[in-house]
Amino acid sequence: MTIARIHIPRRVLVFTICLVVIVVLFYLLEHVGISTKEVARGALFVMTPLTLAAVGECINEKAGLVNIGLEGIFLLTAIFGVYGAVHLGSGYGGLLVGSLVGAIIGFIFGIVSVYGRANQVVMGMGINVFAGGMLLFLMMTIWHATSYEVRPEFMISKISTPLGLLSPIIFVAIAIAILFHIILHRTFLGIKIRAAGEKPEAVDVAGKRVDRIRMFTCILGGALAGLGGAFFSLGWLGTVVKDISAGRGYIALACVVFAGLEPLFALAAAFIFGFVEALASTVGIMPAAHAFPFLGYFLLMVPYIVPLVVVAIFIGRRPFPKASGRPYIRE
Amino acid sequence: MISKVPSALLSYLRGNMRPLVESAFAIFVGLVVGGLILLVLHYNPIDGYVSMFKGFGIFIEQRNFGLTEFAYALAFATPYMLTALTFAVGMRAGLFNIGAEGQVYIGGAAAAWIAGHFALPVGFHVFAVTIIAMLAGALWALVPALLKIRRGVHEVISAIMLNWIAYYLVMYLAIYHLSGKYAHITAEALPTARYEVLGMVGRIDLIAMISVILAVCLGVYILLWRTRVSHIGFIQRWRMMLFGLIVGGSYVAFAYVNQHFGKLMGGNLTTVIYVAIALCVGVYVFLWRMYPGYEIRLVGDNPDAARYAGISISRAILLSFIIGGLAAGLAGASLAIRPTNWGFNSTLGDFVGYGFVGIGVALVGRNHPIGIIPSAIFFGGLENSGRYLEADLGVSSELVGGIQGIIIMAMALPLLVLLLARLRRKAK
Repeated sequence: MTIARIHIPRRVLVFTICLVVIVVLFYLLEHVGISTKEVARGALFVMTPLTLAAVGECINEKAGLVNIGLEGIFLLTAIFGVYGAVHLGSGYGGLLVGSLVGAIIGFIFGIVSVYGRANQVVMGMGINVFAGGMLLFLMMTIWHATSYEVRPEFMISKISTPLGLLSPIIFVAIAIAILFHIILHRTFLGIKIRAAGEKPEAVDVAGKRVDRIRMFTCILGGALAGLGGAFFSLGWLGTVVKDISAGRGYIALACVVFAGLEPLFALAAAFIFGFVEALASTVGIMPAAHAFPFLGYFLLMVPYIVPLVVVAIFIGRRPFPKASGRPYIRE
Repeated sequence: MISKVPSALLSYLRGNMRPLVESAFAIFVGLVVGGLILLVLHYNPIDGYVSMFKGFGIFIEQRNFGLTEFAYALAFATPYMLTALTFAVGMRAGLFNIGAEGQVYIGGAAAAWIAGHFALPVGFHVFAVTIIAMLAGALWALVPALLKIRRGVHEVISAIMLNWIAYYLVMYLAIYHLSGKYAHITAEALPTARYEVLGMVGRIDLIAMISVILAVCLGVYILLWRTRVSHIGFIQRWRMMLFGLIVGGSYVAFAYVNQHFGKLMGGNLTTVIYVAIALCVGVYVFLWRMYPGYEIRLVGDNPDAARYAGISISRAILLSFIIGGLAAGLAGASLAIRPTNWGFNSTLGDFVGYGFVGIGVALVGRNHPIGIIPSAIFFGGLENSGRYLEADLGVSSELVGGIQGIIIMAMALPLLVLLLARLRRKAK
């Protein structure tokens, strides 16, 4: 049995161009007077939750499920992560609770869409609306406040690198992206996952359970997104507020589309979007920017404009797995 | 002949019952889960339900027999109805159009701009505000439509990104270009640009209105049952009668609300609700009684069949996005031009969330322009009950958002009702 090689030169080209542009920009920024280190650090922090969620979603969509509830998982796990960290007394415990909650949401999503044959997009949107309401409700119930500062001892301690203080989760996210790329393309499990999305009937005929594969990817995707959500509050921002993820769950979806469902490309896409956002916020706090206060609003738009333009220009019509978003009904 | 009627009606109802049961069941699931959440957090769920139903104004001891609360619920229902229309028309064309949120912001900004910064003649001003807001919403909806048609970008991604772009754009506009007396609120709409606050109908008008409606109903009854119009079947007769009763009844209800509303301070139900309902009915007529609407539905039901029939899929997509944009733009206008500010806050707190909840409203209304109206009134009442949850129980009003999410999730499960029916059969 040979492993099907997916070879798309155009996507490789696009990503190479984007990364080269970023390197050139780094070089130019140093001359303008913007700290390159600061931008790179910010980009890595923005990248981490995007990567985690996007990798999980890539695997999910490869297996034929579309979960657009990533934003909701981010919001809920951001608060449950902090709750877990405070009660277990450690940041890593909080991350564990976060990914556990994410896995539970993924499990529910899986049950509903695999066995209940639900409309997955509606279900995902339901998760988002639910989480948007429950975040503030839970915060008011638990802490009686609309924002909560995480005490430093419950945060994930940052490690010092040549770029400055970085969270260890950043490296975990990079490792996860590489690991799952290998799993997806070099192992039998990967073949099963891809076949479940491309031709579930064949998987069924081969004697493997489509429903179990899809449940597995659902739970995995939820857990990874949950890790990302907990990272928001515990590893990065240090607070919980309403709209803590600010639509990044949707940007993760854009990453998935941009990456063409490949985890390694999703990592690169997340870094590109992270770079854009970090650059925009660094420009926003430059002394020169204070002369034009209205500029801030346009800089805030940039992280949303760039994914839109990138997806519109470079991707266009691209084949998704044939059974994507469709429940498999066994005959 | 008369004896046949109930059985004909019953069989008609039985044939069309399933969607109704599914919606009712989803609402039931939402309320039960909401109660469970309260129970888990050591609140009394019964108190919670009482507070929730207070939002609908169903308790006699409330102000004006609860009519005041009902008017508030209707005021919340107006934008919901319109954003739900956006989603429903998209769904009918097979699109998952969640861009209503951004279109609401843009429509609201356009409405505030025309209403606060232009002096136009009385009568024309309100009209201009409405039209410009609707066109602005449609313009914003053109972007995802064209991206979908030209580049195949999935509408969920483009719509979400455009929602956030619109969010910051309108924030910028509100602070730097639209602000009036206060920096954080846009300029007050000029009196000529305001929708009339409902509450102008007197008691005599009310009696006249009821008698007119009764007379119309009587006329329809005589026409349908006491004359030989035999080519109209039972079901058509009942439908027409029912439709007449609903239209007449809601008119009386509005009139009654109007009358009581005049005495209140801070009420925010305006005449824009009539425009919203008219738009819903108009979209119904467009989709089910006109050819381009038929094309939209065919594209949504079976794109392959539509393509073989020579229907332009791009045109159907474009049309459904534009109709959705018009509705969402009007929703923005209804939120921007309302008491007591007659403008919107630059934090956009007046706008946020209406687009997404509209998805739930549309799903509960079975993506049907007429079904959306009662569904929107339900969601409006639920939203209104948030105040009582906060005041009576001390929980955050955002619980309502959680319940709405649960209802949406329950609507995603088409098999839930079937599954339960099968279980019941097994138990027998």
